[in-house]
Amino acid sequence: MAVMKIKKFSFTYPGVDHPSLKNITLPIEQNKITALIGPSGCGKSTLLRSMNRIHDLYPGNKYEGKIELLDLETGKYNNILDIKKENEFIKLRQQVGMIFQKPTPFPMSIFDNVAYGLRIAGIKNKTELHDRVEVALKGSALWKEVHDRLGKSAMGLSGGQQQRLCIARAVAVKPEVLLFDEPTSALDPISTGAIEELIVELKKDVSIAIVTHNMQQASRISDYTAFMYLGDLIEYDKTENIFLNPKEKQTEDYITGRFG
Amino acid sequence: MEKIFQKLSLASASLVFVILVGIFITLFNAAKPAIDEFGVDFIFNPAWNKEVSLQTPAMTTDVNPTTDSIEDDTISDEDDMIIDEDEEDMMLDDEDEDTATKTIYGGLVPIVGTLLTTIIALVFALPIAMGIAVFLAEIAPKNISYVVGIAIELLAAIPSIIFGMWGLYYFAPIVADLVGGYQVSLLTAGLVLGVMILPFMAAITRDSMNTTPAVLKESAYALGATKFEVIKDVIFPYSKVGIIGSIILALGRALGETMAVAFLIGSIFVLPEAINDPTISIPVAMANNFGEASGLGESALFYLALILFIISFAVISLAKFYFLKKAK
Amino acid sequence: MRLLVNKIFLALSIFSAVIGLAFLGWILITLFIKGLGSFHFNLFLNDLIDGGLRNLIIGQFILAGLASLIGIPIGMTAGIYIQEYGRGKYASMIRDLSDIMMSAPSIVIGAFVYAIIVVPTGGTSGYAGAIALAIMMIPVVINTTDNMLSLVPRELREAGIALGASKYRVILDIVIKAAKVGIMTGILLAFARIIGETAPLLFTSETSNYFSLNLSESFPSLTVSIYDLANEPEESSRDLAWAASFILTVMVLIINLTGRYITRNKK
Repeated sequence: MAVMKIKKFSFTYPGVDHPSLKNITLPIEQNKITALIGPSGCGKSTLLRSMNRIHDLYPGNKYEGKIELLDLETGKYNNILDIKKENEFIKLRQQVGMIFQKPTPFPMSIFDNVAYGLRIAGIKNKTELHDRVEVALKGSALWKEVHDRLGKSAMGLSGGQQQRLCIARAVAVKPEVLLFDEPTSALDPISTGAIEELIVELKKDVSIAIVTHNMQQASRISDYTAFMYLGDLIEYDKTENIFLNPKEKQTEDYITGRFG
Repeated sequence: MEKIFQKLSLASASLVFVILVGIFITLFNAAKPAIDEFGVDFIFNPAWNKEVSLQTPAMTTDVNPTTDSIEDDTISDEDDMIIDEDEEDMMLDDEDEDTATKTIYGGLVPIVGTLLTTIIALVFALPIAMGIAVFLAEIAPKNISYVVGIAIELLAAIPSIIFGMWGLYYFAPIVADLVGGYQVSLLTAGLVLGVMILPFMAAITRDSMNTTPAVLKESAYALGATKFEVIKDVIFPYSKVGIIGSIILALGRALGETMAVAFLIGSIFVLPEAINDPTISIPVAMANNFGEASGLGESALFYLALILFIISFAVISLAKFYFLKKAK
Repeated sequence: MRLLVNKIFLALSIFSAVIGLAFLGWILITLFIKGLGSFHFNLFLNDLIDGGLRNLIIGQFILAGLASLIGIPIGMTAGIYIQEYGRGKYASMIRDLSDIMMSAPSIVIGAFVYAIIVVPTGGTSGYAGAIALAIMMIPVVINTTDNMLSLVPRELREAGIALGASKYRVILDIVIKAAKVGIMTGILLAFARIIGETAPLLFTSETSNYFSLNLSESFPSLTVSIYDLANEPEESSRDLAWAASFILTVMVLIINLTGRYITRNKK
């Protein structure tokens, strides 16, 4: 079952006259990892950032089509492109979390970082906060390394640890969907490996969409892959098919390294 | 809550606009009596707080020498001569002496004083500031540049009244010994003003020079240019706009400087005949006279303030918007 | 020949730096000698009426402190508006106007406050003086807040929003915190600047020979009193002015250096 349905979605940045995304239709399957791949400028990050409407920090965007998110409580799909009110945006982002390319620890303690999303959601009970932070840190394979220094500043962690912290922070809120925007491109190979393992673990509880310019990463960890080029969705299929048996020539050319 | 915060921050930001407009309106209102009375000639009239006879022959249409209704007539604003003793004696009715004079104010002396002190400051400070900037940006090794830079910025942090004290008791006597003339004069005030704007000019010039891309400098060096040539032919042209901007901005600041000049300029409403004569500037005129002034005199001071405000605003705007456009 | 010109130029440049330093040194040494010469600890115990500086020093701090209470919140929130909320032209204009006000003549601001507060309320007051100082402080705080906030990377804000935080929470919890050190330095430097000001106080709060905490009348000010003392004919007044100048300069330099020290660690 799809937890998100993107239907004929087009997107234009403010002040630009041609759309950066054209007529994209694609599902994000529940509890699966969907990879968005393609050469620079193909629109994969733009698409990802539409899924939590973080574009709307910068006004003037033009949308067409629909992006439907499954409401787990009601079982109905809601078009997130209709959202206009502040509190609806907040709710959306609590349902659809995001991890960025550069690790973004907040200037506070490790504990406060992970608890941040919970606190703004209104959770004040100390025990509950502590429990959920612990669960989140364990789920991000960070607990063992930081459990004895939760009060220390997050800025003191290494790059790989910081990124895992950001994942823990996003996971603590228990979102439906997690969006990863090239999460390992700023990290060394060992940290990259650790995070890839983590992402695969996470799909038990969340549905994942990941943008990556590293094809091998996509083939390693994803269940479904979407190949994009210059704003169009060229091909979407199970990952094995995309890599072993692509239907489109452009896909094959990209996979085999003839361009990009 | 979000809305409240947004509105609050908008209100604070708008306060800046409100204050600026408020200053202009307030000054204008307070200056209005003087503006109405003296008009634009205020700017060219050197007579300040001078009693002037109203009974000049060419003036009234309906002359009855014994009445004191002369004040009601449209009195010419062009009186720019101090009526000397003889003409006063020609007044036809002694009893009318009180009502037949008025006090006029003209702002020429402080305006000239303000402009001249600023120019002197600029001429004195410019070469030194440029030299310091070059030293900090291109010549000194990093640690020295850092330390000297801090020292220069500390010079900028010293309150202006301290410059006044030091200037009056230590710097001015030396200048007067060297050049002759008074210790409190246009020259000494201008020079101390120069020392005050020195660090500011140096810092901004240095920052402008540091924006020159390293590759540009390296290309010049690679061709065998000397440091002087690189500075002259590459760095200065590249940062020219910023440097001019810094000069004009320093000028804008010097225009409004009060305390240091107050100690050193002499505070008399007389046009200087030589550069080492005492005179007065607008801020000093205000500083010294505001306490006792009232009525038209106070209004004249506000007129001066308005003129100063407009000139400063224009100069600073010119510097900021034409020369120092920041790329954000 | 070229090398000679180069050498001369470099020498001139170094010479200018020496001149600059020389002026600084000259002033500081003068202050030291004259100030310490008239210095004794009673200055801190007596008020001006008794030949001391106590009321003036405390008064100056109170004026600057009150000005900060007004100026810092306004300056910071305005700076936040310009950097975080502002859209295009209006925010740009405010930023520009604020920059202009930073260099505006301080005596004009004094005249302004005189007209709008001293005249209607019938007399000079500490409140008027503090407000004049606050007006001078606001553009500086705006400038520093604006600049420090602009240095915070975009992704940090996005990460906050992506967690469902509303904009003001992101600003307060994350962005301001990230810029905290720089903003604090800026505020300290602004404080150091206004505590040394004289002109805005000349006809707004004037000064007083007595110890006072009453802000609704003329309020003791170190800087204004230095000016008065220096204009008095007695030698003792002049000496007192030097002692006061020395203390004022030490105060200003300490605050200034503290501000710089805070950011020094960040490097």
